[in-house]
Amino acid sequence: MENNANKRLLVVSPSPHVRDGDTTPKIMFSVVLALFPVIFASIYFFGLDALRILVISSVTAVAAEAACQSLRKKPVTIYDGSALVTGILLAFTLPPQIPSFAVVLGAIVAIVIGKQIFGGLGYNPFNPALVGRAFLSVSFANLMATWVSPFDAVTVATPLQLGSGVVPYAELFFGNIAGSLGETSALAILLGGVYLLYRGVLDYRICAGYLGTVFVLTLVLGHDPVYHLLAGSLLFGAIFMATDMVTSPVTPKGRWIFGIGAGLILVIIRLWAKAPEGVMYSILLMNMLTPLINRFTRPRIYGQGVKGNA
Amino acid sequence: MKLKTFRGGVHPLYAKELTSHKSIREMKAPSILVVPLQQHIGAPTKAVVKPGDEVLMGQVIGETDQPVSAKVHSPVSGKVIAIEPRPHISGRSVLSVVIENDEQDRWVKLDTHFDPIQLSREEILAKIFEAGIVGMGGAAFPTSVKLKPPGQAKIDFLIINGSECEPYLTADHRMMIESPDDVILGAKLLAKAVGASKIIIGVEDNKLDAIKVLEEKKGSDAISIVALDTKYPQGGEKQLIKALTGREVPSHGLPFQVGVIVHNIGTAIATVEATRDGRPLIGRVVTVTGSGVSEPDNLYVRIGTPIKDVIEACGGFNGEPGKVIIGGPMMGLAQFDLDAPIMKATGGVLVFTQDETVQYDPMPCIKCSRCVDVCPAYLLPLRLEKYGMYDLWDEAADYGAMDCIECGCCTYICPSKRHLLHWIRLAKNEIVSAQRRQNS
Repeated sequence: MENNANKRLLVVSPSPHVRDGDTTPKIMFSVVLALFPVIFASIYFFGLDALRILVISSVTAVAAEAACQSLRKKPVTIYDGSALVTGILLAFTLPPQIPSFAVVLGAIVAIVIGKQIFGGLGYNPFNPALVGRAFLSVSFANLMATWVSPFDAVTVATPLQLGSGVVPYAELFFGNIAGSLGETSALAILLGGVYLLYRGVLDYRICAGYLGTVFVLTLVLGHDPVYHLLAGSLLFGAIFMATDMVTSPVTPKGRWIFGIGAGLILVIIRLWAKAPEGVMYSILLMNMLTPLINRFTRPRIYGQGVKGNA
Repeated sequence: MKLKTFRGGVHPLYAKELTSHKSIREMKAPSILVVPLQQHIGAPTKAVVKPGDEVLMGQVIGETDQPVSAKVHSPVSGKVIAIEPRPHISGRSVLSVVIENDEQDRWVKLDTHFDPIQLSREEILAKIFEAGIVGMGGAAFPTSVKLKPPGQAKIDFLIINGSECEPYLTADHRMMIESPDDVILGAKLLAKAVGASKIIIGVEDNKLDAIKVLEEKKGSDAISIVALDTKYPQGGEKQLIKALTGREVPSHGLPFQVGVIVHNIGTAIATVEATRDGRPLIGRVVTVTGSGVSEPDNLYVRIGTPIKDVIEACGGFNGEPGKVIIGGPMMGLAQFDLDAPIMKATGGVLVFTQDETVQYDPMPCIKCSRCVDVCPAYLLPLRLEKYGMYDLWDEAADYGAMDCIECGCCTYICPSKRHLLHWIRLAKNEIVSAQRRQNS
């Protein structure tokens, strides 16, 4: 017996016997890393308010995830980084002056209603952070529409409310404008996006479809396409929200459709619904269509539709 | 220059430098050999010797009159000591002829030809059949059957698969470098046997030395040596055909339907030995490698040599082994009984140390779709996995489970370390059994 106990048996498992080094937690933390330029930008422009919202949102999201899993007697998986990502993303969609209790509520809704109710990581149909934001914008409409200017926090209108041509492109690009914490600096968002592309985490099809559609449509309809790309949360949504893996299609063609569809909805909302912003609803609506898109964009299988000569 | 390749695939750590520079060394045949009567796809052979019989090296010990099968020969001279079920790399026991080696290596009478290319098509096919040659890349389909496609199929391309895309393995690479003339001649013989006018030898560009030497030796414009992108599974039959000819084998079909036949480097060399030297297939080159082996090497091993003897011939284990794999790390079979023997299609013995033997705990699928991006059959592996897990066999069939080539790219790339291929294999098995039930 002692001999057997000392001798470890050979492991038998099905092939393949080697795995790629990338893991789901690494992917999540790479998103957190990619968000750092935006974190710095938001703190730079909006100061301690940005820090307050970021911390409260992240901590609440992670705590809500742990609480849910404990209640369901499931293993607590907060170290996979996904709840942290949701917390940070939610914070970036909120206005700088939002009271802390609203942030807590939003983060709880994002995790509990947006994610855990469906079974946790991988099973949620909607982007959890956007579910949290949607909840806050219908529940606290006035809090969610109070915008302040960077640095001095004076209540002002956002560039989208002001209309095109008012705010110079450079301000829009660097982020010296009013808006949600994460949306103001195009530069910071693009830095994160480039890193995610390099890291192989970002799907270019969704970004290109989304941004391209908005650019072309606004141009064709006689609006300023550059203004529409830079103002509001489009860029942030296209890079960090629409590309959420769990809630976007898995087929290559489906991802183009997802991006283009979101762009279409955004333009309709911005130009005809007379609502200044439309990123959140454009993505949530496309999230809803994702299963359908997957179903109708199955790739052609190798050798299918090929006729042999014998 | 843009290298030819296919869509999808992965870049695992190739780790070929362990053995790629090592010349093929003949391993001394062990004292006891275990030769399974089934080493190929198709009908098993029946033993034509009985315990107590004296056998000569190269003597037929198993054959059958079934159309799809391959003869089995004695790899040594000696005495049959048993015919009984023995461990087999598949994990099952298979009826095998156990031979005691008399260490004399006395051959049967060999029918040699100075210039085999002068042989007629029928003569080449007959010699390949007599020699018991099978596809030596892993699938072990009888070569003589593959060379006689049904109906009036016109074959215009013979492809020799020199891609050796499985990490760690270097047996084909060494054969191309050390026996380039035989590779070329074998290709010509196989092309003649199947009536193909064009020959392509496809080699991954991590073996530039092999490409160079084959280019020097080919001596004919009918043969082209093509460099392929180094990417797994470049050597998958369907992927190779797509890369080299642009043709796509029909779903559920075979390459002959698009005028192509693919053979492995080892098969080409075995064909030369069968026709020129009259020698049946009784040995092959095996890469014995991995950090769990003391002295990784490329060995010429007699068929029927137990795995443990092969590892012993390479200095034994380096520390305590964690996993012993027959074949490469992507498609190989993990072994639990090292008495199982080397067979005609065994190209590698790979040993992982205990540290390298990692068991993965799957996390939830985050729908990153990397499995979709790498699938060389253009399937949706994440879907098929779910259907396999929840017994949804019809859905799995509808989503093309039977088109899966089991390359393992999906499982390899999955960041959540899910066992995708495992579940897809289960679905495939269930679909095949259901069809069988329906037909019976």
